[in-house]
Amino acid sequence: MKEPFAMTSKAPFVAALALLAGLAPRPGLAEGSVRQVTDPVAKEECSACHMAYQPAFLPAESWKKIFADLSNHFGEDASLDPKTEARIRNYYLRHAARWRSIPKPVPIRITELPWFTREHTRFAARAKQDPKIGSLSNCTACHRYAERGWFEND
Amino acid sequence: MKHVHDTGASVARSLSGPILGTLMLTAAAVSLALPVSAGPREQIIAGYAAKAGKPLSAARGKAFFMGTHKGGKPDTPSCTSCHTRNVHQWGRTRAGKPIAPMAVSKTPDRFTDPKKVEKWFRRNCRTVLGRECTPLEKGDVLTWLSSQ
Repeated sequence: MKEPFAMTSKAPFVAALALLAGLAPRPGLAEGSVRQVTDPVAKEECSACHMAYQPAFLPAESWKKIFADLSNHFGEDASLDPKTEARIRNYYLRHAARWRSIPKPVPIRITELPWFTREHTRFAARAKQDPKIGSLSNCTACHRYAERGWFEND
Repeated sequence: MKHVHDTGASVARSLSGPILGTLMLTAAAVSLALPVSAGPREQIIAGYAAKAGKPLSAARGKAFFMGTHKGGKPDTPSCTSCHTRNVHQWGRTRAGKPIAPMAVSKTPDRFTDPKKVEKWFRRNCRTVLGRECTPLEKGDVLTWLSSQ
């Protein structure tokens, strides 16, 4: 494998550090990677307008909220036929993050999670200005292997 | 149809006699068969034309595509909000993902899957106009983009 996917040796150390730093609601990300989207329908449908964000970024409560309002999906109609929607929703709920506590209101924007803003504040202005990035939700602009679940800095 | 005749003419220059006769007959047969075997895009457009009940117009389609509409979501008042005003160039979604050019000359497999066409018209018309598009609007836009 060409990509550095197998960098788990540092994992226990990073995880411990993360816990010490109070980065608790960030499961699966301790190694800078998350399980990639494997369902082909979810992958195809959710990657039409943006990268198919991995289910492990948000807890089931968040995904339920997102799937409940696909006709108004962050300012766009992303509605699906009921069968496809049910399939993808199930996939996301099955692979959702398991947080110990769910903040209120239930978050629906990954880019507004505390760990995310903490790690991206210095890029926020650049992301908006650079037309090649456009928005912080465009993971792949900077994280080349984001779609495959690898988010370490490239 | 024009396409088939052009091919026939160029072949005719290099052939003669009975072979030419057979070829011309074949060409004629192909010409007759063409409307039946129209490509998926032509069929989709023909479907909208039938539902619209009046002739489609590329000019009207262009005006609709370029126009600013009311009733939709605030960030996207026009098709051009994401697709840009140059349909030969790549567009970009609000989340930053590139969108292949809408012009069929640039993206030849555009509008060949009826389910996909319907899905995106449904979503994008609701996003831009706050309602679904009529068969006439869809047919007009596809007629224009097919000519681009």
